[in-house]
Formats: sequence, structure tokens, C-alpha cells
Amino acid sequence: MADFFSWVDKPLDGMAFLNMVIGAVIVLAFILGVVTYTIYFERKVIGWMQWRIGPNRVGPLGLLQSIADVLKLLIKEDIVPAKADRNIFLIAPILAFFPSFMVLAVIPFSATHIFTAASNVGVLYYIALSAMTIIGVVLGGWASNNKYSLIGGMRSAAQMISYEVPLAMSMLGVILLAGSLNLVKIVEAQQAFPYVWYVVPQILGFIIFIISATAELNRTPFDLPEAESELVAGYFTEYSGFRFAFYMLAEYVYVFAMSALGTTMYFGGWSGPFLPGWLWFAIKVSCFIFFFFWVRATMPRIRTDQLLTFAWKVLIPLSVVNLVATAVLKYLLK
Amino acid sequence: MGEIRTEELLMNIGPQHPSTHGVLRVVVKVDGELIVDADPVVGYLHRGTEKLAEDLQYTQIIPYTDRMDYLSSMVNNHAIVNAVEKAMDLQIPERAEYMRIIVVELNRLMSHLVFLGTYLLDLGAMTPFLYAFADREKIVEFFNRLCGARLTYNYMRIGGVKWDAPNGWLDDVREFVPYMRKQFDMFHELVTGNEIFLQRVKGIGQFDTETALNFAMSGINLRSTGFNWDLRKNKPYSIYDRFDFDVIVGENGDCFDRYMCHMKEMVESLKIVEQALEQIPEGPVMGKVPKIIRVPAGEYYSAIEGTRGELGVYIVSEGKDKPYRLKFRRPSFVNLQLLPQLLKGQSMANLIAILGAVDIVLGEVDA
Repeated sequence: MADFFSWVDKPLDGMAFLNMVIGAVIVLAFILGVVTYTIYFERKVIGWMQWRIGPNRVGPLGLLQSIADVLKLLIKEDIVPAKADRNIFLIAPILAFFPSFMVLAVIPFSATHIFTAASNVGVLYYIALSAMTIIGVVLGGWASNNKYSLIGGMRSAAQMISYEVPLAMSMLGVILLAGSLNLVKIVEAQQAFPYVWYVVPQILGFIIFIISATAELNRTPFDLPEAESELVAGYFTEYSGFRFAFYMLAEYVYVFAMSALGTTMYFGGWSGPFLPGWLWFAIKVSCFIFFFFWVRATMPRIRTDQLLTFAWKVLIPLSVVNLVATAVLKYLLK
Repeated sequence: MGEIRTEELLMNIGPQHPSTHGVLRVVVKVDGELIVDADPVVGYLHRGTEKLAEDLQYTQIIPYTDRMDYLSSMVNNHAIVNAVEKAMDLQIPERAEYMRIIVVELNRLMSHLVFLGTYLLDLGAMTPFLYAFADREKIVEFFNRLCGARLTYNYMRIGGVKWDAPNGWLDDVREFVPYMRKQFDMFHELVTGNEIFLQRVKGIGQFDTETALNFAMSGINLRSTGFNWDLRKNKPYSIYDRFDFDVIVGENGDCFDRYMCHMKEMVESLKIVEQALEQIPEGPVMGKVPKIIRVPAGEYYSAIEGTRGELGVYIVSEGKDKPYRLKFRRPSFVNLQLLPQLLKGQSMANLIAILGAVDIVLGEVDA
């Protein structure tokens, strides 16, 4: 079995390519399953926080609710507004959705990481690809020919560009400590001396990371691009059916991916005592996901200008301070 | 490269929009995210209540008032029966007066709970909405037991109220009061201290007392500017002079003050309910009134402190059983007048915050 999936270190030939495709499909199916139940988990958690029960009709305990929702979206009519820019309107959700799956290629799920690549530029790859989603969002907002969508798309652009910077800068601290951009190496560095997860030395970096990640994911309190009470549904107001599902899917895959990234960078990835690595990873990721949902049930929404001011005047200076402090400390302790 | 051509965007917010609280339409001109010009368009819910009233006997008008400010139907009932009773100089039984005060104040509380929930929902927080509605539901249940309706009560009559409290009702309300008081501690803890919430409402939508008076504003919108004016105190009607309660006034007249006024006024309403429950005597709930109610010829105006401001009823009578003309001074409609001025230069997000804090009910704006 291990031999079958050892295409990582081999030259590319027909068999290796086939194995690669099979591996990718397995990861894709796995993530789809995870995302389906992430949505279920969100609805249950928020339901409990709001004195409600949450979904409980479809299947036992409502476990089939998300599946039913996805099926419904898939068989719905795919409406293209008459005055929309048709071609761009059609491909925008796909543009938003592709990178969300591609970033998962570098996340090490467990110590053996059989399906994912131990790329030497893993962090850079993640940041670069996740920034591509914004193109799909802006194009979708623009092509819909709807004023709410347009404002939603523009807000999204402003927000994502602003928060990419502190997000990347906060992770630079970890990269400095680990001395590598390789996510596997980062986890291994946390397992070695002095046996401490990077959340401890990088606590400031982690706080910046989690705030920027929430903004990057367009989640409350930074869910301006899709602010329901102002913009109806933001950039995907005009979308229906499976194109709408693509946007939602991209959003939830990113929740998972960002949680996985946070786990890997700050909480030692798969490392942990007693339990198997993949279980540790799953537990840590679930805690991250729960945190995002918890914040969503608790916070009101911040305003656009406040959001941008916060990024440029608070988070970016702080992340520079964090970076410099980390570098100095590392030099002194060497 | 030439200069980039920019233009203002004309947007229709509503009539179908998640946070215009009904069918209000605001035509806004936005420059980027800033509002250059805003023009509220009303009338989508106009049902001609005032015209219809001209063909109705006075008692028949009462269910129509239920549908004006549908969040506080009891208060509207009180306005019309109070106006007719004053015009006819009727005496109504003590117990009926107390029952009226209890339901009106509970209704005020209930309406403010809707404000709390929907306002926070407008600002993007989902959870307070469900918490507020869970408590509101308890009051709705009380009203349901009292008069068989959850929203449009048609409870008061000229000369009293239709039903006496059913067995155990007053005791249940008595138990509800301390429970509700505790809930406010929770609301304050969950919402009032939240930094993001404060950022969104402090200093937003500010106006001063003079502006408010010039625009004939009343209720919380006026009081939030620091002007002490509450008809329950300043021109006591019914039996409000027997209760000990404070009029809540703000300082700055911004959205935060209006929010705080709502919160504190709910506690004052509880105080009144508590005192009324202590003092309520036994006796009939319906006084002796003529079979057919005829207001003596003349013109009458009387107002009560509605949930959203001065709710006035102006009756022109020719001595018949139907009014010649009936005019409601609807506070939501009057308070809405200032909106275009408040919105100028604000961002889209502030539009929602300001509109929500002015606290209008479209049923009352359009009547």
C-alpha cells in the first residue's frame, strides 16, 4: 500500500500519474465529506448557542441534512441574469472554487502524508493560491450586473488584499523559527527540541493569524462581502443552483484549509502523545473550526472603513513588531 | 492615460430588503460606499385606515388600530379607546384601567425586545435576535391566554377591556417580572459591552434636541437627545400618575443612546407592571357605556405615549356613531422624516445602523 502511493519521490511515468490522480480523487472525496459535515456541525453548534436544536429532520439526528441541501442545489435551475456578462458569470464560481481545493495539496494530514506533497515552498504555495480565489469573487460580483454584488465584490477585494498582508507576515515568525517553508518540516521542528508548539513563542503572531484568518475567510465579524443586512447576499446575490453551491463550497473548504494551516503552523500538526497522528490532527482542526463558528454566533459585524483601518494601522505594524522580535530572539538564542 | 470616469450609483434599498424592517424603500445615491443622497419612499403598506374609519362605528375601528404598529397593538388600542372616552367623558372601572396599564406596558416591553433583536441582527449579530424573541414569546403567550391572539389583540373596548384576566394569569405575570429583570443583566453582558457593537453605534446618527423638536420627533428619538419628554409623566393620562417610574433620557442623541434608552425603558416598564399588579383591585372590567357610542359633535385630540413616540388620535365628530374624520398622529411616520438628513455622508453600513435605531414600524408609517 505504502509502495503504491510512493509516487512522491519517483520520476513521473504513466503509473505514477495514475496513482497521483487516484490520490487526488481520494483527497477530494474526503474533503467533500468533511465539508458536508462541517456545515452540519456549524448549524448544530450555532443552533445550540441560540437555544435552538438545529437540523434534526433528514436522517438520524439530521445527519443527512447537508447532503440533501447539496442535492437540492445541484438539481436547481442554473439561472443566468439576462444582463449579466454571461461567460464571466459562468466561470467565476469555478475560479473561486479551484484554488480552495488546490491549497489542500500541501497540508500534511498525518506523519505519513501519503496523499499530499511535502513541497519545499508549502506556505508560499498556500498563500499564493488562496489569493487567487479573490479573482473569482470579484469577477462574480462584477459579472452579475447587480449593484449589491458589485459592492460585495469590491469589498471582498479590499478586505482580502488588506488581510493577506498581516496573515503572511504573522506566519513569517513561524517560518523564521522553523527555518523552512515546508509545512512538514515546520511540524517536525515543533516535535524537536525544545518540544514546544509555536503558539507559545509566537503568541502575538498567532493572535494576528487568527484575526486575519477570520477576515480572509469572510466570516463574522468580518463577513462584509456577504453582509446580509446590507447587501442581501453580497457577491453571490445573483447566483443559484450549483454555481451558488460552488461559492459556498469554496468558503467551507477554506474554513477547513485555514484551520489545517493554523494547526500545522502553531499547534504542531499531527504531533501529540498516545493517539494516532491523524486523530490529533482532526481534533486540533475541529477546535479551530469550532472557534470560527463560536465567533460567528457571538459577534456583530464590523464596518468596512473600520475593518481596513484595523488591518493597516493595527495588525500590520504588530506583525512587523512580531517578525523583528522573533528574528532578534532567534539570533540571541542561537 | 485619461482620468478615470466615475459615477454615482443609484440604488434601491427595498422594498424587499432584509433590513428595512418591512416594505420601506430607500432610494440612495452612493459614491463608492458613501451616501450622497437618500430618499425614503413610503406607502407600500398603505391600507387607508383613516378613510376606512369614517365608515366604521367607534368600536369597529379598534381592530384596525391593531394593524398600525403591529408590534404594539395594545398601545394602539389604548390610544383610540382613550381618545373616545375622553371625548365622551366616560368613567371606566378601576380594574379595567389597571388591566390596560399592565398589557400596555408588557406590550411596550415586547416591542422593545423586537427592537433589541432586530437591531443586533441588522448589525450582523444573529444570536441576540433569538434570545430576545425567546423572551418575547413569553409575553406573546400571556396575551394569547388573555385575548386569544398573539399579535392583533383587539383587547380594549370603549369603557373598559373585553376580558378579565383568566385564572392564574396575574400570578404568572408576577412571576415573569423578576425573571425578565434577570434577563436584562444577560443582555447587557452579551451585547452592551461588545467593542465591535460600540464601534458601530457610538457617535453614529447623531442629532440634537433642536433638530428633533423641529422635526416633531417624539418618544425615544427625542429623549435620546437629552430632552425629558414623556407623555406618561408630562401629561398623565389613564392612571399613570399613580406609578413611580423614571423617564429615561440619553445624552448625545446617537444610536448608542437610543439603544440604551430602549434597554432602560424596558426595565421601567417592568417597574410599572409590578406596581400595577400590586395595586390592581377586584371588580368589573367593563363600565356602563351607551349601546351605541356617539361622540358629541366637535373636534378632539388626545395623545398617549406610544412605543415609538407620541401616538395621537384626532377625532372630528358630527355627533353620529361614526367619526366624520379620524386622524392618527403616527410617531414612526413623523420620526422617519429626519432620515434623509441623517444619512447624508454616511456609509452603507451606517444606513442600516441609523435606520434600525430610529426604530420604525412600516405598518405605522403607512397606516
